Amino acid sequence: MEKTLNWREYIITRLIKASGYSAIIFVLLIFFFLLREGVPALAEVPLSALFSVRWYPIEGDNFGILPLLTGSLIVTLGAAIIAIPFGIGTAVYISEIAPRWMREILKPLVELLGGLPSVVLGFLGILVLAPFLRRFLDLPTGLTAFTGSLLLGGIAVPTVVSVAEDALDAVPRAYREGAWALGATRWQTIWRVTLPAARSGVLTAVMLGIGRAIGETMTVMMVTGNAPVLALSLSSLFSPVRTMTATIAAEMGEVSNGSTHYHVLFFIGMVLFLISLGVNIAASSVVFRAKKRAERILS
Amino acid sequence: MDKIIIEHLSLQYSDGTESLRDVSLGIREKAVTVLFGPAGGGKSTLLRCLNRLNDLTEVKTSAGRILIDGENILDPKTDVIALRRKVGMVFARPVVLPLSIRGNLTYGLELAGEKRKSKLDEAVERSLKLAALWDEVKERLDDPAIALSGGQQQRLCLARSLALQPEIILLDEPTSGLDPISTGKVEAALQELKKEYTIVLVPHSVQQAGRTADYAAFFLQGELVEYGEGKAMFTSPKEKRTEDYVTGRFG
Amino acid sequence: MKRLFTLNRHLTERLGFSLITLMAVLTVVPIIGTVIYILAQGGHAISWEFLSGFPHDGMRAGGILPAIIGTFYLTIGTAIFSVPLGIAAAIYLSEYAADNRWTRLIRISIINLAGIPSVVYGLFGLGLFVLFLRFGTSILAASLTLSIMTLPVIISTSEEALRAVPQSFRTVSISLGATRWQTIRRIVLKEALPGILTGVILGLERAAGETAPILFTGAAFFLPRLPHSPLDATMALPYHLFVISTQVPNMPIQIQYGTALVLLVFVLTMNVIATVIRSRARARRQW
Ligand SMILES: Nc1ncnc2c1ncn2[C@@H]1O[C@H](COP(=O)(O)OP(=O)(O)OP(=O)(O)O)[C@@H](O)[C@H]1O
Ligand SMILES: [Mg+2]
Repeated sequence: MEKTLNWREYIITRLIKASGYSAIIFVLLIFFFLLREGVPALAEVPLSALFSVRWYPIEGDNFGILPLLTGSLIVTLGAAIIAIPFGIGTAVYISEIAPRWMREILKPLVELLGGLPSVVLGFLGILVLAPFLRRFLDLPTGLTAFTGSLLLGGIAVPTVVSVAEDALDAVPRAYREGAWALGATRWQTIWRVTLPAARSGVLTAVMLGIGRAIGETMTVMMVTGNAPVLALSLSSLFSPVRTMTATIAAEMGEVSNGSTHYHVLFFIGMVLFLISLGVNIAASSVVFRAKKRAERILS
Repeated sequence: MDKIIIEHLSLQYSDGTESLRDVSLGIREKAVTVLFGPAGGGKSTLLRCLNRLNDLTEVKTSAGRILIDGENILDPKTDVIALRRKVGMVFARPVVLPLSIRGNLTYGLELAGEKRKSKLDEAVERSLKLAALWDEVKERLDDPAIALSGGQQQRLCLARSLALQPEIILLDEPTSGLDPISTGKVEAALQELKKEYTIVLVPHSVQQAGRTADYAAFFLQGELVEYGEGKAMFTSPKEKRTEDYVTGRFG
Repeated sequence: MKRLFTLNRHLTERLGFSLITLMAVLTVVPIIGTVIYILAQGGHAISWEFLSGFPHDGMRAGGILPAIIGTFYLTIGTAIFSVPLGIAAAIYLSEYAADNRWTRLIRISIINLAGIPSVVYGLFGLGLFVLFLRFGTSILAASLTLSIMTLPVIISTSEEALRAVPQSFRTVSISLGATRWQTIRRIVLKEALPGILTGVILGLERAAGETAPILFTGAAFFLPRLPHSPLDATMALPYHLFVISTQVPNMPIQIQYGTALVLLVFVLTMNVIATVIRSRARARRQW
């Protein structure tokens, strides 16, 4: 009886431990397969061509990924400009201003936004937002980087809100009460005490939100017009662009396995992977450092 | 007869706290031995050594031996599960498991492989009677245990240890959260129990120590200062430090 | 002077609060607007035929049954892989892992998994499951891809739920002669179950709505029958919506809105269930 129990316990414990380590293995596996399929691109396309400004893979083997990079950047930048103030504002509202019942309604609602499928937003983008913007801004087409930014902003907001709200919530009540006792208004307290105290968490929120925006695929593919032109000025915001994610999604289905085009698309995937790795490691190291400081204060 | 023999026990937590320093002590069978002293003296640490509950915390070094019925339980080869069934424990705060009253009582037995309903029912009734709780809860054994009052919960915790038919019961300030009436009930139950069981109690006050102790050990900052018969210890302690403490000159 | 100052301070506060409230309103109203708009527009398209029929006439007529069933299969498939693995990983992190380098590495990996773009998961799934393991474009390959994408959500929410269970329950259980695993199975998991369930449903909700990871791993453009086995490709609601709103000319708008509505209801239902479980568990919690 005891013996079989020990055996079972041993096996279960091993399985649980293996599951725990699986996350590391998956990250490595993902990186390995991106490398395996993406690195050949470097042998097949000269670096100078890869980082050139023309992306016309079908006719003429032009694999310049710069327009895609700038496309992703401009759409993400636009999204960040929207998501950061609205995300932090909403987080402040939920954690500092809203009455309790309001909070109970708002939190699930924001979570719901996070769960809305991106193709549904893209779909509405095509049918509602793009025609509206075309008329309102008098543009030749409504499918622009700006349209993508607006929707992406919406997609990044829930991430920013939930992480920032957690950070604000974690600020000890005593800080606020101290500030009130010194005669600060609630508004001053928010700006001079609560937000600064939560700044590392808020920074993490912003980074994770941006990470979410860079990686978003379906919405941008549907609403940004997909023109691979170099986006270098503000005016490009109101013309069609094409992002890295959209390029992979749109073209991978059409290429033959093992072709140069196929390898270049994996190479772009590798770039995306490395960007998200950078963003997330940066974001999490902020969190870790903040936690260490909190531990020091406590001990 | 000494049920438990502690030899040169030292223990240091991984944060560097030296909680026990070269403690040697014999604990009598079928009697109440009280471990008392000011906060941080190492009483709880010692109790947790007796059923190897310190395995769960981060201990840096430990040295010495603890013999129960002649066997060193600190030996890595010890069957700790069996040890914990033999050495029951009641904690300072009543922690009932999120189960029914009956579920709490049969938890340990079911884990030990007991499936027969009659045996389980018998254990429930016997342990509740020993803990002086039977009359209060016999009508509602299947209610959630959390619905009981604090004092009832603590007696349920005592009954829960007793259901496993241990030989030794460790109690760490079991009445610290209870009102005087509940405290009285627990103390009365202990007086009954000591006829059958070896009891090691960390009291929550010197008064309680005086009321309950057959034998007493005074701990100060990890050291065993004095050990002796309960009555003698509280009326005429040999050590100055013990006297200062029991007469309330420091705490 | 002093009065002016206070007046000014309070004016700033009033203005500031209004601004922040406005931002919150501007964040939330579009969410509600989106949902209501789709419900209103898509409502007309919903009929028994639409829900239970197969598409025909180049998907411009008929129903979307294969897409509904496909999304259902993919969600179940994802759950089969990600739920046990995710919960086990959460148990490891909350109950077994020591605070050391390896554990930190696991945590960083989880954070990174959560941040990898969904289309990159698609590439990975193509490389590993479809090509290397030769599962082909199939429900199996797509479910596995979605599972790995869902894993970080399930792990982190489950770990949080497990950690919320009071430590004292574990101590008491161990002191009664339980092993670690018995303690977890009988006490900890049981108490954490509502929280874990909430996390699982929220994770699967994401998976059900995703398109990019299944684009090259399992989604079929048009398949006028139900899949026969896990090695079949399948239609799926999100991909179908993408196809009919961008790839098929002269698509009746009704069908597009109807499809969006079904997808939205699928996802919203899961979301509401998760929210309800969580709030009920919170209300009933005894500790
Ligand atoms: N898990 C732990 N990790 C590190 N140090 C600990 C731990 N538990 C106890 N200590 C330290 O060990 C010393 C003895 O603690 P212990 O709890 O045994 O004392 P005690 O006599 O029971 O005190 P009290 O009357 O307050 O319960 C204290 O200095 C305490 O801070
Ligand atoms: Mg103690």
